[in-house]
Amino acid sequence: MNSASLWFIFIDSLLINNLVLAVFLGICPFLGVSGKLDTAIRMGGAVVFVMLVSSALAYGMNVLLVRLDAEYLRIISYIVVIASTVQLVEMFIKKKSPALFRALGIYLPLITTNCAVLGVAMFQTIRDYSFVQSMVFSLGSGLGFTLALVIMSGIREQLNLSDVPNAAKGTALALMVAGILSMAFMGFAGLGSN
Amino acid sequence: MSETSVQAGSLPKAPGSLSMIVVMTAVATACGLLIVTAFQATKNAIEHNVATITQESVLEILPDATRQIPFGVDKSGAVVREPAADADVSKIYAGYDESGALAGIAIEGSGQGWNELKILYAYAPDRQCIFGFKVLECRETPGVGDKIATQEEFLANFKELDATLDPGTRAPEHPIVTVKHGTKKDKWEIDAISGATISSKAVGRILQDSTTRLLPAITGHLDEIRKAGAE
Amino acid sequence: MSESSSNRNLQVFLNGIWKENPVFVQVLGMCPTLAVTNSVRNAIAMGISTMFVLVMSSMLVAMVRKVVPKQVRIATYILIISTFVTIVDYLIKAVSIPVYKALGPFIALIVVNCIILGRAEAFASKNTVYRSVLDAVGMGVGFCIALLCLGGVRELLGSGSFLGVPIFGPYFEPWVIFLLPSGGFFTLGAWLLVFSLLKERKARRAAQEQSA
Repeated sequence: MNSASLWFIFIDSLLINNLVLAVFLGICPFLGVSGKLDTAIRMGGAVVFVMLVSSALAYGMNVLLVRLDAEYLRIISYIVVIASTVQLVEMFIKKKSPALFRALGIYLPLITTNCAVLGVAMFQTIRDYSFVQSMVFSLGSGLGFTLALVIMSGIREQLNLSDVPNAAKGTALALMVAGILSMAFMGFAGLGSN
Repeated sequence: MSETSVQAGSLPKAPGSLSMIVVMTAVATACGLLIVTAFQATKNAIEHNVATITQESVLEILPDATRQIPFGVDKSGAVVREPAADADVSKIYAGYDESGALAGIAIEGSGQGWNELKILYAYAPDRQCIFGFKVLECRETPGVGDKIATQEEFLANFKELDATLDPGTRAPEHPIVTVKHGTKKDKWEIDAISGATISSKAVGRILQDSTTRLLPAITGHLDEIRKAGAE
Repeated sequence: MSESSSNRNLQVFLNGIWKENPVFVQVLGMCPTLAVTNSVRNAIAMGISTMFVLVMSSMLVAMVRKVVPKQVRIATYILIISTFVTIVDYLIKAVSIPVYKALGPFIALIVVNCIILGRAEAFASKNTVYRSVLDAVGMGVGFCIALLCLGGVRELLGSGSFLGVPIFGPYFEPWVIFLLPSGGFFTLGAWLLVFSLLKERKARRAAQEQSA
């Protein structure tokens, strides 16, 4: 059992150790999808949802694996859990809300290879979080991912209008911006701890 | 993957689900076998590595010791010798010199600084003080917080840090505290690194918790621990 | 083997190193590239582990490519990849615990490194075992080089050493920022900038030659 308080876990995963800007998880969608504010929010929503479901399932899976003394199957079973969660969520949304399904479109299957989801499941296991702690952690991480994505897309919408040397356009510039953002987020360090 | 599920319905001659199940089962079985083989093949090497790494750190902070025996202190304060790897106990390592006399006890502690922090400290039961300190795991900010592992001035705090227990209540007489850089007056105070106060304070807190919780149990079972070295 | 086919094979190998370098050109596998490159040692460990998984899974995918029905191919690839990642996880632990601790959960995250699934789907599922392995080795070497580029710069500037050996002497004040997450972003951004500048210059030269 990890003794960290829920509030600390939440702040830590949302701001201090932001998934994207400090732990480098989910960089691919961060660079790829963050062009527009609107898509960024949708992608973020999809990730938060999948993350919560899959981290709950991964918690159960881990309990089972520990009981069976089969921890060496952890990686393989986590990835199977995540991939099937994404499929189930996709089928569910498709049936219940075709409009939402069209809006999320290609982002849902992309989440399977989003390392942030697997990363959250691995971190909660390594840090020995309880079930409630895991849920708070995955909620904070998902929101942190969304936050980074939204901020980034806001900046990139502005950047599109500014005069940038040709060579720096695209990923190089996005990475520089991310570096500055990451530095700004370092200012949150110490928040929530005594 | 959505693409495939959509196609499955529209393809003119999709292979039967039987062949899919057969292939998936075969692949999964092969993968399972590979993983188990790798797990079994590396098991001994991993156990050996883990054992050497703790052994090295323990002998490093207990310079007079030549061998060590692990003990565990459980929640009720009972001391068990050589606890199981996954037992819910606080780990301590008793170090013995060549004659088998107790040369000090290395105690593991952990807590939160900026991030998870894991330390090992050396405790001398006869002098009732801490006389060694080593950071085992530290994800503090490089160049700032991680000075707690390297800065000599900070490490000098732990050459003779008082941890005397009250003979009656067996609680520490003076809980260990971290004080602001340059204001250390008493021998149970830790002089913080200026600029890395949070990390220094985390160290103080870990030591305070750990000494308050474990030292009474250790002094209570000191004879057992001493005897183990004479065998 | 005729000369032209061995030439083509060489091409497959070199592709991954330069023309289609997974990090600098395809911008794939960013997470490990940024996360574990604060020292050369970690970069090398990560590069080799990824390469091992890449080569082994490409080989296996190419072997089974004809028996796996199309509908379950991605699931099969993921199973194969995570198997080798688990194996690497235990191998690293058996070789060195400090390295294992430094890479931490990022070993498990090799599973979702887009490079590996990408090569399995784009190359190994359509080519012979030999060519797939060649392609995987090329991509793996390209990935290692990219990690070394980043790890080298970050360790050199961030702690003034290379592979733990001090380079600049005791008076060098390390640029700690390069060890921090933001330093990772800056370094990769700078490398991408260098490569696109080179590309731009080459294109301009070619245009000049044509007009001349």
